[in-house]
Amino acid sequence: MKYLDEYRDPQAVRGYSRALHGITTRPWTMMEVCGGQTHAIVKFGIDQLLPPQLTLVHGPGCPVCVTPLELIEKAILIASRPEVIFCSFGDMLRVPGQKRDLLSVKASGGDVRMVYSPLDALRIARENPSRQVVFFAVGFETTAPANAMAVHQASRQGLRNFSVLVSHVLVPPAIEAILSAPHNRVQGFLAAGHVCTVMGYTEYEPIAKRYQVPIVVTGFEPLDILQGVYLCVKQLEEGRAEVENPYSRSVSRAGNEPAQDLIRRVFVVVRRKWRGVGEIPSSGLGLAEEYSGFDAEHRFEVDAREVDEPSECISGLILQGVKKPNECEAFGVLCTPEHPLGATMVSSEGACAAYYRYRRMQVHDRRSGPRIREVPP
Amino acid sequence: MSSRKTIDPSGFSCPLPLSDHPLVLMAHGGGGRLMNQLIEKMLGPALSSPLLDQRHDGAVFEAGNARLALTTDSYVVRPLFFPGGDIGKLAVNGTVNDLAMCGARPLYLSLGLILEEGLPMDTLWRVVQSIRDTAAAAGVQIVTGDTKVVDRGKGDGIYINTSGVGVVANSVSVLPANVRPGDALVLSGDLGRHGVAIMNAREELGLESDIETDSQPLAGLVRQLLDAEVEIRCLRDLTRGGLASALVEIAESTGLHLEIDESRIAVREDVRGACEILGLDPIYIANEGRFVAFVSAASARTAVDVLTAGQQEGGAAVIGTVSEAGPPGVTLKSRIGVDRIVDMLSGEQLPRIC
Repeated sequence: MKYLDEYRDPQAVRGYSRALHGITTRPWTMMEVCGGQTHAIVKFGIDQLLPPQLTLVHGPGCPVCVTPLELIEKAILIASRPEVIFCSFGDMLRVPGQKRDLLSVKASGGDVRMVYSPLDALRIARENPSRQVVFFAVGFETTAPANAMAVHQASRQGLRNFSVLVSHVLVPPAIEAILSAPHNRVQGFLAAGHVCTVMGYTEYEPIAKRYQVPIVVTGFEPLDILQGVYLCVKQLEEGRAEVENPYSRSVSRAGNEPAQDLIRRVFVVVRRKWRGVGEIPSSGLGLAEEYSGFDAEHRFEVDAREVDEPSECISGLILQGVKKPNECEAFGVLCTPEHPLGATMVSSEGACAAYYRYRRMQVHDRRSGPRIREVPP
Repeated sequence: MSSRKTIDPSGFSCPLPLSDHPLVLMAHGGGGRLMNQLIEKMLGPALSSPLLDQRHDGAVFEAGNARLALTTDSYVVRPLFFPGGDIGKLAVNGTVNDLAMCGARPLYLSLGLILEEGLPMDTLWRVVQSIRDTAAAAGVQIVTGDTKVVDRGKGDGIYINTSGVGVVANSVSVLPANVRPGDALVLSGDLGRHGVAIMNAREELGLESDIETDSQPLAGLVRQLLDAEVEIRCLRDLTRGGLASALVEIAESTGLHLEIDESRIAVREDVRGACEILGLDPIYIANEGRFVAFVSAASARTAVDVLTAGQQEGGAAVIGTVSEAGPPGVTLKSRIGVDRIVDMLSGEQLPRIC
């Protein structure tokens, strides 16, 4: 397939792997920020092609994983109301709240619908004027423009039965939080290509400078990722700390400016709690004053009490790159995709789910791959 | 049996064996791990019989001098009509194919219709015509039936159940238990068309494509394989849960290790494109006209030749082997040459957020 097979070419992949072995002289630890990249790395076995001195740790870039438990509880409470049609991306439906997930709400009679775009939720609102349609607006900068557009259109069309439950988060503050943590071991970043497609990469330039870390804008195909790792290692080996953009087929320095304008119009930057990580200042988006009437949290006044995470779950450490999924005692034993303790086991972008799905029993090539507990089927 | 010891003396009833989920979820019918658990923990033990315990697509048994195969399947597809097919076509081909996967020659089908009050008679007529034409093409007769109507809002237009009976030649034994190390895995054609066609029609994704369902009767192809004296150990059609779930099921029930090669699995360009956009893996997507044949290594080539000659579309290939060693399970060699495991999904694949 054009624009895809070229980036999965086995010869070129091996070429990059050899080149990486050639330039790596010391141990380095890098973080891929985005959960989509984590999945590609584990699915394609890219970590097994790296020199043994290199460690890739998995970052917080999984929107499902970092959505706080309180907000999932709110979603469950709102979705359980008889007048509500609750619309969400598929991934969010399986994330466990304290006792149940949105799919269980559906099984109990709640009208929970999976949509592919927030604009689908808008259409459902137009078609069901007597019902309240709520869209679960989660995600990073990638989904923000479409979600902003849905709210903007709802406002223009005067739709009174549409609202959004917002849990938007931003990448640069998360990178800064990781870099300023006392236990940080990340020396370079692969920035998320999709996020940068929207936002560009000027935001990352001061971070690279302040913390003296290389940041490489990276795509999602095997060659993209290897190229990102290669450039990051090259910078580390040469003592440079710059923002580089090899993913230029999708990302420009300024990004998608009309999309950014829309985000700035509909949303304002707010404090956000990240599941497993805690509160990070100026790390999320909330609805701007002009659009606050579309905020589902106000419309339904659900109780926002603090909720404790299951104590066995170390998803917070995993999302900060401190631990790997297989270093968790519960992994594959107490915690499985059927019985997830934390969101990192649920989302198709969560690191634990990736390890469980692709690495549970490593039959071949144990050379550089992480040691995984073998789990009986 | 150990489950008999857990009788609750107060109510003289067995405790519910699936305590993890107090309610039935969609994933319990999704062809993945949860459905597997429902069968293994509740339905299988409660209804255990030697034939059911074989966990095959149908039951093969002797009646008088004949060996018969019996199977049943229900069809709840939405929308009722989709590119290349409709619920009637699926209801005939699906059951015909389950019989074919037992190595049987399908003969007779029953037809159970559950209709929703208010369904346009014209819609029903189109489905009935499709059932008639598909049955004729597959060489089976509808010989008994039942019709029920439920209140408006209590059904989804039409639900169909079909059961099927076929005959199995005395020389034929097609069962998971026959699979041996060294056997070859032969895939009958390209993957993913049915699932993507349905998804595009159901969700109105607006993908500009002419992807149609691959629904077709497979009994003819199986018969050609048998006629060519291909040593068939086991057959499995790749419906819900796709190739991956079918292989994991067989690996787990036989305790064998299967190795497949991603680069040998045919997926049409437009199907791959749709999967990439939605973040879906074609090996988990449902097909209605594809199967995997476990055959002896010596007859693998013949099997591919027969499948290629017997179909208009290509894609038949040896995609892997049953390995001599290794833990029960399935590994896939990716296009870039690295191995990873293939597992069943919990339920259906959910499209990613971004």
